[in-house]
Amino acid sequence: MADATLGLWGIPLAIMAGAIRVSTPFLFVSLGECLTERSGRVNLGLEGTLVMGAMSGYGISYLSGSPWLGVFAAGAIGALLGALHGVLCSKPRVNDIALGIALMLLGVGLAFFLGKPLIQPTAPRLGAVPFGFFTDNAQLRSALDVNLLFVVGVLLAPALHHALWRTRWGLIIRTVGESADAARAVGYDVDRVRLLATMAGGFLAGIGGSFLSLYYPGSWNEGLSSGQGLMAVALVIFARWSPKRCLYASLLFGGAGAIGPALQSVGITGGYYLWNAAPYVLTLAILTLSSSATKASADMPAALAVAR
Amino acid sequence: MSEKEETTGPPRLEAFGMTKSFDGVTVLDQVSLVLEPGSVHALLGENGAGKSTLVKCIMGFYQADTGDIMVGQQVRSIKSPRDAQALGIGMVYQHFTLVENMTVAENLLIARRELPFVIDWNEETKALSAFMDKMPFKIEPTAVVRNLSAGQKQKLEILKQLYLGSKIIILDEPTSVLTPDEADEVLGLMKAMAQRGEISVLMITHKFREVLAFTDHVTVLRRGKGVGSAPVTELTPEKMAEMMVGAEPPSQASARSDRETGAAALEIDRVEADDDLGLPVLEGVTLSVHEGEIVGIAGVSGNGQEELVEVLAGQRPTRSGSVKVSGKKYLSTRTQLRELRVRLLPEMPLRNACVPGMPLSHNIAFRDYDRPPFTFAKFGLKLKAFRERAERAIASFRIRTSSAVAPIGTLSGGNVQRAVLARELSGDVAVLVAANPCFGLDFGAVAEIRSRIVDARNAGAAVLLISADLDEIFALSDRILVMSGGKVVHETPAKDADLREIGRHMAGHA
Repeated sequence: MADATLGLWGIPLAIMAGAIRVSTPFLFVSLGECLTERSGRVNLGLEGTLVMGAMSGYGISYLSGSPWLGVFAAGAIGALLGALHGVLCSKPRVNDIALGIALMLLGVGLAFFLGKPLIQPTAPRLGAVPFGFFTDNAQLRSALDVNLLFVVGVLLAPALHHALWRTRWGLIIRTVGESADAARAVGYDVDRVRLLATMAGGFLAGIGGSFLSLYYPGSWNEGLSSGQGLMAVALVIFARWSPKRCLYASLLFGGAGAIGPALQSVGITGGYYLWNAAPYVLTLAILTLSSSATKASADMPAALAVAR
Repeated sequence: MSEKEETTGPPRLEAFGMTKSFDGVTVLDQVSLVLEPGSVHALLGENGAGKSTLVKCIMGFYQADTGDIMVGQQVRSIKSPRDAQALGIGMVYQHFTLVENMTVAENLLIARRELPFVIDWNEETKALSAFMDKMPFKIEPTAVVRNLSAGQKQKLEILKQLYLGSKIIILDEPTSVLTPDEADEVLGLMKAMAQRGEISVLMITHKFREVLAFTDHVTVLRRGKGVGSAPVTELTPEKMAEMMVGAEPPSQASARSDRETGAAALEIDRVEADDDLGLPVLEGVTLSVHEGEIVGIAGVSGNGQEELVEVLAGQRPTRSGSVKVSGKKYLSTRTQLRELRVRLLPEMPLRNACVPGMPLSHNIAFRDYDRPPFTFAKFGLKLKAFRERAERAIASFRIRTSSAVAPIGTLSGGNVQRAVLARELSGDVAVLVAANPCFGLDFGAVAEIRSRIVDARNAGAAVLLISADLDEIFALSDRILVMSGGKVVHETPAKDADLREIGRHMAGHA
């Protein structure tokens, strides 16, 4: 019945609905990484943070019965992993990229180890806000069931943008990210600022992980994340270190990730797995097009390890 | 920055008996200095004399081993630059501490101690404009620092200190990046403020002209010791030079032989290139250098000189134009560098022309290690031959090193420079490109390196000298060019050159 009324319009609708669901983890991780990179550090460990967040969020939700407590716990675990990254990176001769890769593997491994007993049980999941209450069309209604975390993320992007450009903290973070020497000369503790920015970034990435296990797909298993954490880091580069552009980029990537399921929902199953690779192809294409062998990006925080 | 402080003048600053050692080496030995309120005080000395260490102790970057600092009538313990700032002492560093990607307003605000949590940029910009109206120089608050000239950045650094309410302003080689006119303007305004009793200035410098024109009192350091302090009216340049170098007479540069200049050896024709951000930086550079001639390129740094050297070194692609050496199209390949006998002495050679962790002997061999007599069986290397050649270079260029196989990064700046010169000037040289060859070196090393360059010219090499130091350009060049805005804007034979005229061209308004 619904199909009859919507016809092929079902495809863009499904892509949009999918974009909202798929983009949320991208959004949180990329906003977190954006904040961290603005302070001059790269945390490649966010993939590990994401998976740890998914596991711990699911676990706490199962044990306490409150999914929101799970979300918070996921954030806390993320902040803890961020703190580990921040503290170790402030030691002399520690490379943040190499350490990030190590923490990514540690996070994923630890989550699989600790999460073994969580594969069977069913934890209470996050609910959705029915923005489609006005319509009788079932497909439209289900597409407009939006999780609150997505709404929080959408509001967070401009808020973070505002914070970076119009508050004291933002000015300090950007100064540290542009020139550690300049920041030291005016008396800021560069390592501390970067530690806090990495912790905040980890907190957001952890929440992104909890969305995976508590809303969509909505269960804990070892195949939960397919590299969203890593892709979100690439996405920050694509978004040229702007939280607002991170939002648009997340939606674009989420939309690309939803093409396969959307086509499947209207009965087109050919090349399903190929369509699922769309976000990765998009990553490659965008990074190739937006990079240059001779030009450095003027938006890039100058103190970023990869910029040196 | 309360109203009350605003009206009071600078306090008296006194440092006495300052001693500081690093790893057992005493770099500052019982040095004392008095900065009277409202005076401009010059701190003179060669590189390594301890000037920077002294001011860094005053600023709280280092803690002196012994000695006290008095501000006003009280002994103060200054543990960090923040403490110094709280006492009204601010420093302008030689290397700017501005954040290039931020606006003038952001740079000024970040330095402030009290910042509101939410920043209202409209209000702040208005307040800054009002502040600038009271200041001797103004800079648009919304301008991005990256787009400012070196002179404007220097002014902004000084404005920042005034904005923070500093009463004692320490300047570290403030005019090294400025044109003579800009230098006179900035120092003149600082001196006027000091004379009105608003600030005191302590200035590290080695330019006698500025000392005589703008300062009231001079303190001279030599090898970590204070060797004298006197009102500037009692001093002459000869007297100051004697105090700085002590008994050693400054060695004379080699006499240039009167020789006919030969054929054009290096011809650069309408070369255009972009900088790292993809913006045009060389906009049609045309020049030629003849055999047996030194052509000096003057200019404020950042006007394309660095990129021109990179083009000649093959480190930067050109957009258009051509470079010819001895009539052949020059592509800066390794083969061509050897066959056309092109040699390069880039600035900061440890970073740009050496591998710091490799032995001196290897670094000296970079040009020809892959050819006999340094190879055997085509691909093998004779390390003994490396070492022997390095030992000859150590002797003839008087390189001070612990051994021929010490990593070159462990050598001092002057000795790295000598080692690179030994490498580049070995054998027959057709074209020598030298960029700021004496930057950061002391008197003795400067004279020697300049002599080597003149010797190369006398032997028939075409020398392109790029230098931010006008004195060096005047001392060495046969012909002087001025670069501004990515172009050669002025050309004159050295014997007819006029400093003011060149300064005007450097500043971009001729």
